[in-house]
Amino acid sequence: MPMDQVATHDDHHDHDHKPGFFARWFFSTNHKDIGTLYLVFALVAGIVGYSLSGLIRWELAEPGIGPLTGIVEMLYGTSGPQAIEQAKSFYNVVITYHGLIMIFFMVMPALIGGFGNWFVPLMIGAPDMAFPRMNNISFWLTVAAFILAVISMLVPGGNGVNGFGGGWVLYPPLSSTAGHAGPSMDLLILSLHTAGIASILGAINFIVTILNMRAPGMTLHKMPLFAWSLLVTAILLLLALPVLAGALTMLLTDRNFGSQFFDPSGGGDPIMFQHLFWFFGHPEVYIMILPAFGLISHIVSTFSKKPIFGYLGMAYAMVAIGAIGFIVWAHHMYTVGMPSDMKAYFVAATMVIAVPTGIKIFSWIATMWGGSIEFSVPMVWAIGFIFLFTVGGVTGVVLANAGIDHALHDTYYVVAHFHYVLSLGAVFGLFAGWYYWFEKMFGIKYNKVVGYAHFWIMFIASNLIFFPQHFLGLNGMPRRYVDYPEAFSLWNSVSSMGYALSMVATLLFFYGLVEAMIRRRKGEANPWGEGATTLEWTLPSPPPFHQFNELPVVKNEGGH
Amino acid sequence: MNNSRTALMLVGAALFMLGLAFASKPLYDTFCRVTGFGGTTQIADKAPEYVSDREISVRFDANVANAPLKFRATQNALPVQVGAHTLAFYEVTNTSVSDVNVIASYNVTPHKAGRFFNKLECFCFEERIIKAGETKKLPVIFFVDPAIEDERGTDDVRTITLSYTFFNTDEFKGAAKTASLD
Repeated sequence: MPMDQVATHDDHHDHDHKPGFFARWFFSTNHKDIGTLYLVFALVAGIVGYSLSGLIRWELAEPGIGPLTGIVEMLYGTSGPQAIEQAKSFYNVVITYHGLIMIFFMVMPALIGGFGNWFVPLMIGAPDMAFPRMNNISFWLTVAAFILAVISMLVPGGNGVNGFGGGWVLYPPLSSTAGHAGPSMDLLILSLHTAGIASILGAINFIVTILNMRAPGMTLHKMPLFAWSLLVTAILLLLALPVLAGALTMLLTDRNFGSQFFDPSGGGDPIMFQHLFWFFGHPEVYIMILPAFGLISHIVSTFSKKPIFGYLGMAYAMVAIGAIGFIVWAHHMYTVGMPSDMKAYFVAATMVIAVPTGIKIFSWIATMWGGSIEFSVPMVWAIGFIFLFTVGGVTGVVLANAGIDHALHDTYYVVAHFHYVLSLGAVFGLFAGWYYWFEKMFGIKYNKVVGYAHFWIMFIASNLIFFPQHFLGLNGMPRRYVDYPEAFSLWNSVSSMGYALSMVATLLFFYGLVEAMIRRRKGEANPWGEGATTLEWTLPSPPPFHQFNELPVVKNEGGH
Repeated sequence: MNNSRTALMLVGAALFMLGLAFASKPLYDTFCRVTGFGGTTQIADKAPEYVSDREISVRFDANVANAPLKFRATQNALPVQVGAHTLAFYEVTNTSVSDVNVIASYNVTPHKAGRFFNKLECFCFEERIIKAGETKKLPVIFFVDPAIEDERGTDDVRTITLSYTFFNTDEFKGAAKTASLD
């Protein structure tokens, strides 16, 4: 942006002056605009990730290798046994990119970049993020990373197909030249490095904003829980992502410059990659769920018309989850052959996480207890979240046991577990936040009937998809396979029917969005009434381009 | 505190974690050497003075990863008194018409025995050339540390398997990169 334009902009004191379209959306330094950009980006990436999961469920709907062979024949012009071989590799590529895109380009941008950018400054009474330009860099680096990931899907990987097919965990030797010699893996490393840098910059921005820019009178112990959740998330990002960056750099030099970090022939150890990866990977799963924890607290409190039960306990439960998250990583790798004593430690440490998580679940229930509950659209999503997350949490305690995990490791039981906490947990949290803040963000009202229908169909569909996967896993169906024996066909077909139903829900979601955009029913500043006590509801909907020119002063019972 | 200073400290924290990721490589190696983690054997320069009555069967395993070698242990298993030092032989033959550069990696199972399995001499982690058609006898001198008798949870160790794997280092340096995409 030319300097004189900035100058004229500064001279203006009309506080709702917006720059032109290109400058506003491409050079954006406004936390609300960047939040919107992140949400739009997450929607686009979400469609890609969701379509890939559609390919998985389509292929697994019946035994045999069917639909993917057809796609491979179209993509590569091959046929017969060669097409079937390629279809197997293509399946691996599909599951890999489904996982990576959903994690790095859907859930994280939506919850952290989208809602975090939108509502952390509003809730703590700050005019914007601490470093608005860095905020812009974070967003566009995320877009660049996504483009790199998509390109990596389209260039040769190995095993006769394009793209990397070694699973989102990127374990060597599958991710070494021995497993995938093609440039796809190198591009993927570059993509994740870029996404990592974007997230680290974003994390620094959040921490500085939250520590230094709270409104006068808002001490940390009066800060809304969503801001608390973003603070903990940002700290986890800051400490976990550099470790992934390190591991990926080692992988990159192993692949291209002859180092042997993970190559046993040179004294390296592929298991070390798994340790480094999960030292990042376990905090990463909390990074995805903590922002949802934060916003669910607000929704439950708003629609029970009560302050959240055990506010301090809720805040420090998140801190505890974040801290313990760094010392449990090896429970993802019980089967690598570690000593029993070490397994015993990781079992115990992992089970301890159930304590702070339990505090959160019970405090949400205690908040609802005796409250004047209104089953609004965001509230039903929030209650759905609490139920589904608890199911995933319980199977998590089962899997924490090393003895049981030896039987269930890499089966569909694990797939069911982490989709209950992420696909149903984090994503339900996302939709809850969407319906809670939609009117605030865009200044228009959505159609409630569509919102309820979206919820109920999605709730039934996602349980249909993932609950049967517990049975498949307990019966020994391994994950990451393109085909399965006849015996598993019943629950697989139920799971795929659930996916078909979820497509109806997804269409309803987009219908609701488009309908609201066309009808433009004018939104209120606070549609939720007395229960909504945080600062964003004191502003009009949508909030002015620059808010809090005079900082709000928080008196004794503000914030939560 | 002003924003830039806070941000600088956070950048420091991120760089520290990045450094820690790379430091994990030497730390991990040291950890394995000291604790015998993953069946990493110990290196000793003299045999212990105490020999116990306990007898452990040591089995010998030989593998080749990617070299034109015939590699075998000259004995399948040896009964070994805990504390006594023992000599065993492996034999490697280059079956090809050109010299190969090879390197051996090794460990023992059960992993928990790694801390007590000491080698006085072995052919490990040194690159060596095996000439075309050559047969070499490779000695290993080792003992099982009597400290194993005092360790909790090692009473069930009646057999220790020592395993070696030869890797072709020529192939590693470059050939892997040019391997075909399928």
